[in-house]
Amino acid sequence: MFEVSALNGAVADGPTRVEEAGLQGMVTLKGDLGSAKMKAALKAVGPGLPDRRQIVEKGDRAVAWMARDEVLILCPHAEANAVVTELEAALAGEHFLAVNVSDARAMLRVTGPGAREALAKLAPVDLHPESFRAGEMRRTRLAQVPAAIWLSETDEISVIAFRSVAKYVFDILALSADDSGRVGYFG
Amino acid sequence: MSTRLASGGRLIDRHTTRTFTFNGKRLSGHDGDTLASALLANGQTLMGRSFKYHRPRGVVASGAEEPNALMGIGEGGRFEPNQRATTTEIFDGLTAKTQNHWPSLDFDVGAVNAMVPRLLPAGFYYKTFMFPRPFWKHVFEPVIRKSAGLGAAPKDRDADRYEHFYAHVDLLVAGGGIAGLQAALRAGQAGLRVLLVEQTAHWGGRAPVDGVEIGGKPAEEWINDTLQALEGMENVCIRTRSMASGVYDHGYALVYERLTDHAPEMGGPRHRLWRVRAGQIITATGAIERPLSFAGNDIPGVMLASALRDYVVNWGISPGDRTVIVTNNDDAYRTALVLHEAGLAVPAIVDARPSATGDLPQAAREAGIRVLTGTGIAEVKGRKSVTGVVLCAQAGEGAATDEIACEAVAMSGGWSPVVHLWSHCGGKLIWDAERSHFRPDAARAPTGHDGKPFVITAGAASGAETAGDVLADAKTAAGAAADALGRSLPDLDAAGTNDPHEEPMAPVWIMPQGAGPAKRMKMWLDYQNDVKVSDVRLAAQEGYESVEHTKRYTTLGMATDQGKLSNINGLATLAGALNAEIPAVGTTTFRPPYTPISMGAIAGEARDATFQPLRRTPIHDYHEDQGAYMEPVGHWRRPYTYPKTGESHAESVHREVLATRNSLGLLDASTLGKILVKGPDAGKFLDMLYTNMMSTLKPGKCRYGLMCNENGFLMDDGVVARLDEDTFLVHTTSGGAEHTHAHMEDWLQCEWWDWKVHTVNITEQFAQIAVVGPNARKLLEKMGGDMDLSAEALPFMGWAEGRIGGFDARVFRISFSGELSYEIAIPASQGRAFWDAALEAGGTWDITPYGTEALHIMRAEKGFIMIGDETDGTVIPQDLGLNWAISKKKEDYMGKRAQARSHMTDPTRWKLVGLETTDGSTLPDGAYCIAAGTNANNQRNVQGRVTSTYHSPTLGRGIAMGLVLNGPDRMGDIVEFNKVDGGTVAAKIVDPVFFDKDGEKQNV
Repeated sequence: MFEVSALNGAVADGPTRVEEAGLQGMVTLKGDLGSAKMKAALKAVGPGLPDRRQIVEKGDRAVAWMARDEVLILCPHAEANAVVTELEAALAGEHFLAVNVSDARAMLRVTGPGAREALAKLAPVDLHPESFRAGEMRRTRLAQVPAAIWLSETDEISVIAFRSVAKYVFDILALSADDSGRVGYFG
Repeated sequence: MSTRLASGGRLIDRHTTRTFTFNGKRLSGHDGDTLASALLANGQTLMGRSFKYHRPRGVVASGAEEPNALMGIGEGGRFEPNQRATTTEIFDGLTAKTQNHWPSLDFDVGAVNAMVPRLLPAGFYYKTFMFPRPFWKHVFEPVIRKSAGLGAAPKDRDADRYEHFYAHVDLLVAGGGIAGLQAALRAGQAGLRVLLVEQTAHWGGRAPVDGVEIGGKPAEEWINDTLQALEGMENVCIRTRSMASGVYDHGYALVYERLTDHAPEMGGPRHRLWRVRAGQIITATGAIERPLSFAGNDIPGVMLASALRDYVVNWGISPGDRTVIVTNNDDAYRTALVLHEAGLAVPAIVDARPSATGDLPQAAREAGIRVLTGTGIAEVKGRKSVTGVVLCAQAGEGAATDEIACEAVAMSGGWSPVVHLWSHCGGKLIWDAERSHFRPDAARAPTGHDGKPFVITAGAASGAETAGDVLADAKTAAGAAADALGRSLPDLDAAGTNDPHEEPMAPVWIMPQGAGPAKRMKMWLDYQNDVKVSDVRLAAQEGYESVEHTKRYTTLGMATDQGKLSNINGLATLAGALNAEIPAVGTTTFRPPYTPISMGAIAGEARDATFQPLRRTPIHDYHEDQGAYMEPVGHWRRPYTYPKTGESHAESVHREVLATRNSLGLLDASTLGKILVKGPDAGKFLDMLYTNMMSTLKPGKCRYGLMCNENGFLMDDGVVARLDEDTFLVHTTSGGAEHTHAHMEDWLQCEWWDWKVHTVNITEQFAQIAVVGPNARKLLEKMGGDMDLSAEALPFMGWAEGRIGGFDARVFRISFSGELSYEIAIPASQGRAFWDAALEAGGTWDITPYGTEALHIMRAEKGFIMIGDETDGTVIPQDLGLNWAISKKKEDYMGKRAQARSHMTDPTRWKLVGLETTDGSTLPDGAYCIAAGTNANNQRNVQGRVTSTYHSPTLGRGIAMGLVLNGPDRMGDIVEFNKVDGGTVAAKIVDPVFFDKDGEKQNV
């Protein structure tokens, strides 16, 4: 196949592991999140509308709240255009914007005992286990670039960043996840 | 001479040996030693030279406040100047070098300055070097810079790595003495999330040294119990070697953690800068002892009484066989008792107060130590080390009453709370006349977003003096913090302490009180910057009344220690000279950091490969593999040209231009900004953003547009494609995508919030590849797919969607080169594969990848402007002859009103023209078009400037564009441009379109 993700699945191994997650379908949807049509459309393409600053997952689809008029739909890469088409049909007549942004982004995963710490070295976010829990979608920055992060039920941290800076994000995460720099702050 | 005692030293492990070098000499110490204690153990009391007079200096303090013992630590990539020996822990292989002397520490030529101190009084530089003016730069400054200065700057790349860490806590406790421990314990018990930090490697602060008992047990036991309790709490994090360096707005604080300074072999980050967001901050930062101002108070061997006590108790150091104590308070008697207990002689305690009747003086007397009240030191004897003291009546002028031989002097002028963190963010101070110090005024605390205090002081930092008061105050502080955070604390009694009764101290700012000028010239206030009592008095005499001005005039408190020892004594001296009250004189400003922190810690991970995010297009690896010369465009790196082996850049650019003009070129244009604009009001919105009409654009078509800011100046340009009735795709410049998108959202969210428009920046979704040249269509047809790319089906300024080869493609027939050209947007994941496929299929036509320089030349040959070349933030479209792109029909657009202002319509604004040198040469970039005469600054008058200039391979000559006075009306005129070598070059004013004015090449 001639489709490649930004870093082609790069991995920084260690007790805390950083990997580029490969191709990931993403659709940005902007519109009136309160409308019945919107809620129905999101139910049709995924798990439905999440609460403010949350992400809901169902199978290989997820919907993340990004702003008061914006959600991000995650799906297999090959299905992103179909999701756009489906949304356009479901929201016909509404004022909205649905666009495939899969290739504008890179997705990375950080796993292992130092995952929270690695992120806490880069993001001005309260990542304490009491504060940052599974299901929260956090739009923030990692050092000098914007990013969105969330935690799965299995303590895996997912990171979405812009594709052009994927290498920078990978490099700073790998550096921050290096075991020689463990802080021991989150227990 | 100082030495190591046979026993004692609670912080050192005598079973270990650590070797280090000092000025090349191998010395040894123990685990737990600081560099200062290890040097004292080795008899090395001389540790540096002063800044201005190169006076011999020894260590005076035992902690972060040390002004004298500054050294260059480490070598090569680990060298760091101005490190305090008192806060440097020793390890095997440590190298330390003293500073500010030549040729050696023992013999310093610069010390001649000290023999003639009359020549270097306060304000010396200001007064002496005013005239003749050029002498300052060429004579005085170089000489002064050589003689005055502390450590040398490191020359090698820093060998270590650094990082930041964000922590969000309910409560940050700064300082791990008994107050900090007590506060953290209480807050921890209340369930608060607590971060407790201590700048040294040890918990407990002074209490164990001062013989404090808590709950009937030695302080050390209470400290260990408390630590154990804290370590057992999941909600509490405690860190040593971590200094709270600054407090900022909204509960933000920085903590500087030194991870490997004491053990460089550990690996990992050297320093970690904690960026803490705290609900409340307790500063349990303790207090700093003040020196006394007597003649010779800077001679090595004179130390703060508390520091001397620390060296005995903590590190088992004898400062010398005989130590004279000089004090104005009871606390210094503890030092006498500690020395006595260690078996060392205390020939006398010199107490400036008329009487000393507290528990501690009584204990000293009972131990057989001579206590001399009402007495002061007239003068310290010795040069490189103390040999004795001359005593006098404190009330007199300094006539000698006695002389005592000794090796050390322990001085105490009272204690000043460490108020720095409290003050950083606006906490105010009050003058406590009884204790003669400034302490935090709890009623005027730093306040947060809600107008409520967020910093609370605890213990000695509040002004508390006895251990009992310290613990009680810390308990209160923890309670106040919990209250502020909406939590309650269980009510527990603070453990009892054994505090002796202490009589009040007496303020003594000068010793003896009637000391004359000769003595005042030898009384040091600021050791590091060599400021004496006489300097401050001179400043006052010369009219300096403001403490801030006096500080700058005398440099009092301006050294790397920021006046930790000198501050209060300097203020009091100034107040005395002005006959003012101390609080009326006020304090200078406390600014972060508390002590200097490393540049590396500030930079964090931002160095080398991760210094800055570099943006890469999907084709980036190809460019690098080809050895392209890359240039920065915003944060992108773009290929400037692809030189082949042996080719100069000029040659490869030349080749790329001709190959494209004559056959086929390929450009990675992925960096082009792409913003989707959708909604019923999208057309109206774009009509406001662009100077021309966008709402009339038909779906399937493209239009070039200019974007101005509200001041009328050109901001961005690009091609807009209408995708459907509601949807436009806006192309921006490579560097302008984020800015333009932000500009759109600013107007949509703040001004036109009721317009129905959504925008999304989809720049990186696509690789955009320009296929350019006479054979462009043939290439795409050869690659196959389902699109009709004929001139009829897809005319100039049209776009279509379909497949080229196996790739999803959106094809824009637009041209920035004047050639037949297709810009093809491919999903980024397919971009590299498309690029490779095009290269392979293009072999037939000798397809040539070209870089940004060839792009620039080709656009300049066509007279196309470039944002950032022809524009610089002061240029309006009318300057560039772009009136055709400004709608006359539209009622309004961004910048319209501004462009109607008188200066914008001024006919003498420089306007865009083409320029051809008469000799065919290429004009220098940025050259000015010169005019007759000179201006008021004796510079040539000018009438224009070059904005773009290139050698045109197509035309075989230099071409340029420029802004010239009345340019468009002067076609054919010859004007002169300056050159870098000082000469001028003649150029003819011509039409800016140099090539294919009728567009025959692109419209095929």
